[in-house]
Amino acid sequence: MEGGFGSDFGGSGSGKLDPGLIMEQVKVQIAVANAQELLQCIGKPGGSLDNSEQKCIAMCMDRYMDAWNTVSRAYNSRLQRERANM
Amino acid sequence: MRKHSCRKVASLRRTMAELGEADEAELQRLVAAEQQKAQFTAQVHHFMELCWDKCVEKPGNRLDSRTENCLSSCVDRFIDTTLAITSRFAQIVQKGGQ
Repeated sequence: MEGGFGSDFGGSGSGKLDPGLIMEQVKVQIAVANAQELLQCIGKPGGSLDNSEQKCIAMCMDRYMDAWNTVSRAYNSRLQRERANM
Repeated sequence: MRKHSCRKVASLRRTMAELGEADEAELQRLVAAEQQKAQFTAQVHHFMELCWDKCVEKPGNRLDSRTENCLSSCVDRFIDTTLAITSRFAQIVQKGGQ
């Protein structure tokens, strides 16, 4: 996993990584992301996931985590801005 | 035998009491930090539920800049809206009380 994913996914930008915490979050995120990826990747549900569906799901998960990092950064910045204004 | 174990417990109690203050403060600090992290994560999760649908059409090989901007804006506008609703609600409650 890339550093960018780890540093944002595992903490609130504090820079400290807790492997246990990261694993918990990854599990939760995978569970949530699954629901959305199913909708976007699966056309007609067949007997099993075919190759293109699997690739789509993998890609979708990567994009989901990119989006997660973007949102985390934006939220963190906003929190810091609000604190600076207090 | 009993005397020996009594002494051990007493000495353990003394050690625990000494550890007491400094470590309790540290423990509280750690717990607070973990709670903050959990709150942050829960909030990001909430943003994702809204903003993913609004901003991401078809997932590609990477997020383009339009999508990234949309996601950042989504967070800011969501917070602005929440603040606006809260302050407006406070006004309504205030007026209602008179």
